[in-house]
Amino acid sequence: MSFVSYLINGVSLGSVYAIIALGYTMVYGIAKMLNFAHGDVIMIGAYVVLTAITSAGMPPAAAVLAAAVFCTVLGVTIERIAYRPLRNAASPLAVLITAIGVSYLLQNVALLIFGANTKSFTSVVPIPAVTLAGGQLTVSGETIMTIGACIVIMIGLTLFIKKTKAGQAMLAVSEDKGAAQLMGINVNGTIALTFAIGSALAAVAGVLLCSAYPTLTPYTGSMPGIKAFVAAVFGGIGSIPGAMIGGILLGIIEVFGKAYISSQMADAIVFSVLIVVLIVRPAGILGKNIQEKV
Amino acid sequence: MKMKKVLAVALAAAMVMTAGCGGNGKEEKKADSDKIRIGAIGPTTGGAAIYGEAVKNGAELAIKEINEAGGINGVQVEFNFQDDEGDSEKAVNAYNTLKDWGMQALLGTVTSGPCVAVGEVAQGDNMFLLTPSGTAVECVQYDNAFRVCFSDPMQGIESAKYIGENGLATKVAVIYDSSDVYSSGIYEAFVKEAENQGFSIVAAEAFTAESKTDFSVQLQKAKDAGAELVFLPFYYSEASLVLRQAAGINYSPIFFGCDGMDGILAVEGFDVNLANNLMFLSPFTPTSEDEIIKKFVTDFEAEYGHTPNQFAADAYDGIYALKEAMEKADVKADTSVTDVCEGLKSAMTDISIDGVTAKALTWEANGEPSKAPMVVKIADGNYAVVE
Repeated sequence: MSFVSYLINGVSLGSVYAIIALGYTMVYGIAKMLNFAHGDVIMIGAYVVLTAITSAGMPPAAAVLAAAVFCTVLGVTIERIAYRPLRNAASPLAVLITAIGVSYLLQNVALLIFGANTKSFTSVVPIPAVTLAGGQLTVSGETIMTIGACIVIMIGLTLFIKKTKAGQAMLAVSEDKGAAQLMGINVNGTIALTFAIGSALAAVAGVLLCSAYPTLTPYTGSMPGIKAFVAAVFGGIGSIPGAMIGGILLGIIEVFGKAYISSQMADAIVFSVLIVVLIVRPAGILGKNIQEKV
Repeated sequence: MKMKKVLAVALAAAMVMTAGCGGNGKEEKKADSDKIRIGAIGPTTGGAAIYGEAVKNGAELAIKEINEAGGINGVQVEFNFQDDEGDSEKAVNAYNTLKDWGMQALLGTVTSGPCVAVGEVAQGDNMFLLTPSGTAVECVQYDNAFRVCFSDPMQGIESAKYIGENGLATKVAVIYDSSDVYSSGIYEAFVKEAENQGFSIVAAEAFTAESKTDFSVQLQKAKDAGAELVFLPFYYSEASLVLRQAAGINYSPIFFGCDGMDGILAVEGFDVNLANNLMFLSPFTPTSEDEIIKKFVTDFEAEYGHTPNQFAADAYDGIYALKEAMEKADVKADTSVTDVCEGLKSAMTDISIDGVTAKALTWEANGEPSKAPMVVKIADGNYAVVE
């Protein structure tokens, strides 16, 4: 019985990693850049929801929508000001370092506005917890909601990329920016759209992260952000279903490591598994191994 | 080719991240040379900000009172508090800033890790150091360092004794932060003392600073082992998550914490009902009828608009202890750092103060205070002392 409950715990934790990883992988897949500030956009999204509910008295659904809009604007602004001017920089390092800078900037701005004190986040998930096996197992409403949201987002993104013109443009940009531009695709607009979608997803992820683990500080986003990045690499960065599988597997491995091996070694176990997987499959579980022609 | 590039990127990122933590160009104030200068260091931002804020407020209140009453040895006191975000490296930078400012004695640092780091430097400078709340053993390892609070082992031992002597439980689980010197220090002493007590430890589970949001596994293990009491020797912000997640799996043992649990009721938006029947060791209780405590609480509330916690109380006592010792050692504004340190070292063991954290508070030459611990229990959203 405890095995099943650990499995449920693992899926709960993993679903949170998965939903963050979706945003990471989306931006990487199209714009080919690691947006290290993604975790911090999540944190900002959570603060917006908290403020909208507690100060403006908005209903939870409206607050989530407000946060998604706010984060979309924030994401596009960050892309426009900090990333776009560096897109053709000589070194791909420049934009990566800028992303780290943006991450610190967001943390410190949040620190300035909201203060360092831990705020407790009231869950906005309306679904009640489900108890199974006569009350011995509990699946929280947050977990059900997060997994549901992951699946919807995963399917939605896949359809969007495959079936719409904007999605096709994204694919083209991800394969070859120069050629896409020659074909008449607005590269800047397409990448801005990618950031807009990625940031709106971050807002949703922020709400679900803070509903599942209800404390909020300006540093809330950074560690889950890094774990989700690992999940995205694990599943094959750039692959949307890969992000979901990677996230959930990462959560399950972490929880099983804690439960059956050692709670002190949990992170060491997670990263050892990652190393082994990457040695065997360098592109991740679902990643495509594209040979670069020289 | 691609791999190499990614590796280079990652290495560069790591370098930037570590370098980013280095520089700390805080404003440099020049001190008044005709005043006694006491410096203080603690986190006023970051995860432990509530402690730094409390220490800052408690100390400033005491300094204000002392200055209004004529200062120390007839000399006014200037106080300078620097933020370290609870980070050792930043604490050492803050220490250097204060030294440039002309600090004669240090109240701090507030948290254990930075205190050990600053302690090493202060020992080299022969700077007198009194930490209000640094609980790690190593905080006072040198003879220039003293503390107001209990040490980690003391807290672990006293907690185990309290649980055993009052028969709170026969099966006890411990969840602790293995990446934190405070938490693991208490844990080790607790386990050792538990052998002499009438309870057994059925589960000892760790977490680290990198994974301190999900406690489901640790709680599940404690529940499966049938623990009637869970000992939580870590800070309130993680503890608020533990309490919430325990309620989520319908697990309601007695929760028992140490001084880091103080402040849990101040977490914004936290459902205080979850903390009912939570107990923790604390040297200070704001609801006491004692005259000195009552005056301190009233003045503090008038000044800052909220009730002081034990960190504010420790800092308040710390400043008064410094005053008492400085008077005994005849410290003036122009006394050199080394002379202050030598004078205070011997004066500290001679003084006895009636403070807000203890009556007749005295110090041993090893830097440890001698006072009796108290247990506080939360009932109906309020702190209450357990008799």
